Amino acid sequence: MLSRVRGKWSYLAIAALLLFLVIIPFKWFLGQYTVILIFIGIHTMVTVGLCLLMGYTGQISLGQAAFYGLGAYFSAVLTKTHGFNPWLAMLVAALATGGFAYAIGFPIFRLRGNYLALATLGLGIIMAVLFRELDQFTGGPTGITGIPYLSIGGFTFDSPFRRYFLVWFFCLAVLLVSQNIVRSRTGRALRAVHGSESAAESVGINVAQFKVKVFVLSAVYASLAGSLYAHHITYVNPSPFGFLFSVMVVVMAVVGGLASVWGAIFGAATVRILSDEILLRFGEWDVIVYGLILVLVMVFMPRGLFVALKEAYERWRLTHRQRGAEA
Amino acid sequence: MSPEQFVDNLISGVAQGSVYALVGLGFTIIYTVTRIINFAQGEFVMLGGVFSFLLFSSVGLPLPLALLLAVLAATVVGAVLYLLAIRPARQASVISLIIITIGASTFIRGVVGQIWGKDYMPPLPHFSGDNQWLWIIGITLVVMVALHLFFSRTMMGKALKACSINRQAASLVGIDARSMAFTSFALAAALGAIGGAVITPLTAPHFRMGLTLGLKGFVAAAVGDFRSQVGTVVGGVILGIAEAMVVVLDWGPFASAYKDVIAMLVLLLVLFFRSSRGAAQEAAS
Repeated sequence: MLSRVRGKWSYLAIAALLLFLVIIPFKWFLGQYTVILIFIGIHTMVTVGLCLLMGYTGQISLGQAAFYGLGAYFSAVLTKTHGFNPWLAMLVAALATGGFAYAIGFPIFRLRGNYLALATLGLGIIMAVLFRELDQFTGGPTGITGIPYLSIGGFTFDSPFRRYFLVWFFCLAVLLVSQNIVRSRTGRALRAVHGSESAAESVGINVAQFKVKVFVLSAVYASLAGSLYAHHITYVNPSPFGFLFSVMVVVMAVVGGLASVWGAIFGAATVRILSDEILLRFGEWDVIVYGLILVLVMVFMPRGLFVALKEAYERWRLTHRQRGAEA
Repeated sequence: MSPEQFVDNLISGVAQGSVYALVGLGFTIIYTVTRIINFAQGEFVMLGGVFSFLLFSSVGLPLPLALLLAVLAATVVGAVLYLLAIRPARQASVISLIIITIGASTFIRGVVGQIWGKDYMPPLPHFSGDNQWLWIIGITLVVMVALHLFFSRTMMGKALKACSINRQAASLVGIDARSMAFTSFALAAALGAIGGAVITPLTAPHFRMGLTLGLKGFVAAAVGDFRSQVGTVVGGVILGIAEAMVVVLDWGPFASAYKDVIAMLVLLLVLFFRSSRGAAQEAAS
């Protein structure tokens, strides 16, 4: 298995990534990209959840924006209207969103394939309408402004530079937790479910329960990301939590290689940099490019761009080594 | 609500529902032939509407010709979608196909928004007088009769039907499954575009109109279990009537703002009902 052909190199790669992530926001390095990197971190968290769900369990969700929005709105309403401590609000948001995902998870995961896609899509649409229409709670189309920043003791995360470290702390925590899940007994169970549900069931895996667990986990990740978003931007309105965001998360997961935890960073970074840095200069072409990416990657590299690139590299190294041996 | 108002709402509901039925039939036809749920179906509706407007207002064609050409153009888009995106991905899993059609729909929507602008276009004139609802119902009826004749009388229609009943058996008697898949995409695009074209005098064409109309078509097709054409039509019409009544009631949880929520809840209920019945059938067999 590719995931096991690692060793010291993977730890070196992670160490290099960490070092890069630490020095990148400093002014003497690439300081001007701090804000984009915050978004890459937030979107990576949502994407990892979907990667676990899609890549490892083979279940689709077209409604991740609902959980992301729930996290953001819970944080906004609890801190702004009810005066909660932001950390407590974040925790309550994650628990409530996770609980909601758990409650709807059992009926929803009785559906498969196309029906599951439709149901999660419907869920996303319902939540998007509720965010807009329940204006006594959500402030309607204008939303809620003046959400406080997060702070620890006297230290407030009131600059992008500070929030960068906050977001990436959470993002890396989420990635490490996911990595451990994937490599554990649970991870093997998930892959078994992807391979064949009946076979998994026959060796004693409770398929329905595993699907719901991963769904809840992905919802909690998305909720945490939504809370961080709310405390970063300090206002929420319905537009970032619509169907387009759910599609964007799918694009990120697809680019990142569905069954790849670290690929999520690659997917989120590619899509964000493409949208915010490159395509913006040519007008609003990002939606068209998202569409093209989805079609092309799925037709030619159904396991995702990141995985395809990784495999191409492994192949190249293999032939290279063979040639070296022949010579 | 006076009796006249009630009848008016009923008619507008049936008309709106006919459009959902047309969109839903597109889903059903593609699904039965290829086992794909085409998430780009709503974009054909949008193309039908936008092309009708462009051909009529910008090019200056007479209305009937503009509508006809708009439907043809959308049909070509449907065929091209199959050839470029679906056919090369033959071995793809269900999830891959869902993502491909979502990608295609995002792409089509983006291109239309980029080329023809993101503003609402002015609606077309009514086909005649002030009875567009009746036109919609009439055209839908004609289309359905034509569809019925197509599936029961023509060689191609019968081949499509054979393919949807049993693809392997169909290819054994010499029906090319791939050309049937191609035909089903073109036919679905045409049906969606007709829905988009007939509704253009009542709703302003807009590059994003496909999403909502596509979803309502989903609901209709889900009622027919993506298999039954009659079920799809019934589902669409019921949804249309329900929505018209909700808009009139406009009360509490049935406020008109929640129209889409109600449609989605209907979708979820139908899906759960179908799945539990499917599970019961599996257990019984």
